[in-house]
Amino acid sequence: MARHFDNELRDLKFSLLAMAGQVEEMLTLTQEALMERSDAKARRVSELDKGVDELELRLDQACIDLLALRAPFASDLRLIASTLKIVPELERIGDHCTNIARRSLILNPLPLLDMGDSLRRLGEETLSMVRRAVDAFVNGDADMARAVIQDDDSVDSLYVAINRDLLRIMLNDPLSIERASHLIIVLKNWERIADQATNIAEEVLFIIGGVSVKHPYLQPPPENPTEP
Amino acid sequence: MPAGEAMTEFDPNPTVPEPEALMPVQAEPRPAQTMAPRPGGIPLTDATVLTAPPLIGIQDLNLFYGEKQALHGINLEVREHSVMSLIGPSGCGKSTLLRCLNRMNDLIGNVRVEGRVTIGEDDLYAPGVDVITLRKRMGMVFQKSNPFPKSIYENVAYGLRIQGVKDKNILDEAVERSLISSGLWDEVKDRLKDSGLGLSGGQQQRLCIARALAVRPEVLLMDEPCSALDPLATSRIEELIFELKRDFTIVIVTHNMQQAARVSDFTAFFWMGKLIETGLTEMLFTNPRVRMTEDYISGRFG
Repeated sequence: MARHFDNELRDLKFSLLAMAGQVEEMLTLTQEALMERSDAKARRVSELDKGVDELELRLDQACIDLLALRAPFASDLRLIASTLKIVPELERIGDHCTNIARRSLILNPLPLLDMGDSLRRLGEETLSMVRRAVDAFVNGDADMARAVIQDDDSVDSLYVAINRDLLRIMLNDPLSIERASHLIIVLKNWERIADQATNIAEEVLFIIGGVSVKHPYLQPPPENPTEP
Repeated sequence: MPAGEAMTEFDPNPTVPEPEALMPVQAEPRPAQTMAPRPGGIPLTDATVLTAPPLIGIQDLNLFYGEKQALHGINLEVREHSVMSLIGPSGCGKSTLLRCLNRMNDLIGNVRVEGRVTIGEDDLYAPGVDVITLRKRMGMVFQKSNPFPKSIYENVAYGLRIQGVKDKNILDEAVERSLISSGLWDEVKDRLKDSGLGLSGGQQQRLCIARALAVRPEVLLMDEPCSALDPLATSRIEELIFELKRDFTIVIVTHNMQQAARVSDFTAFFWMGKLIETGLTEMLFTNPRVRMTEDYISGRFG
């Protein structure tokens, strides 16, 4: 049976996708602002942040309205509750992009610090995690969501490795300290964005399966452990 | 399609549910935790009902109205001091099941019951069971409040009077206790001699609850007790249910899913005379395990 409510839920999903789309655009521009040393792109990131903030307010209100007026149950309830949690993650990703873009405005005029390929890879992998987390939401794809959660480990090790490189560069060349310390902030922001992609993927798994996958160490052991 | 139009009462030829409709909601394997409080969250259900012993046991219950089978192999447990909601579209058998619990179906001709229904240690359908004594243990409240055309006092005292109680002190005490329990005492204590029919709809329903409580039943059976009441009267009854489960075990049939979610610890979903799914209310309403339950509670049925 078709429900009017389904149209409202579809609109909610579309709004969330619009927000995710804006955030993905910010992520792409952020990466390009750093890699191409483009001030124009860095400024564009800050401009886009306002739209993301506006969408956050709109989506928050839509979720509260749907909870109050439609009293949803089961998967409808999980979709709305998780949307309420995904929206602030996206909004924070936008903020992190703005932070990185601001650092790139400082770094762009300074001589390039040779980081090899690692910084580009960090940005690309993080961007891919966000993209796939959003795709998993759109398609209800649990496997993709789980892959995103797993990829967080590789971003984390990349983060640790680059951090170590930067320390080494600073020790060897005190003149690099200013640039390296800005880059450490950039790194930290990328790493946080990857965490937030993970959080989104966890919400997607909750929407699909109805069971929280967060903090596995707190989860009870399976009810029927397989015999050794 | 409103649930009420879905099917007529006691469909003679119940169609078997589509196999995929009975499939789990998702292919994702996950632990069966419907009866366990959820990890990492505050369990909404009063934790005591999770460990309470069962009071009512229903085993392999089949019920026939003549040739028509209205209940198919029902297995269900109701725990002591818990509230169990029975939900499902009209004609799904939930009221029939409720009426099995105090053998009210005996009053309808041509009914045949197979299987076991127990309260505590006692088999309700064992030969030689005294149905009158049994019904004293199972108070019943109906959809439409049905006070007797008598005074408020006599309405509540009625059950005791027909048991032969004559002592005015005992009757007074029972009337006051029952009216306090049903939340009506303060509103009627100065006019106990007035007719019960002069009360408002919500008050009449609470009078009927008081009448059921007066004989100190163990179980309170409620068949859509709020469907004729306004929201205010409804929420009074719902609060009352919450209070009453300290002393009684409650089984409630309701068409109002929000009500089932608000008042019950456990919910059982019926369809076409079959028990489709049962479990902790918060689990059933946030994460049902059967597609059909999901479709019904979220209004996609049909």
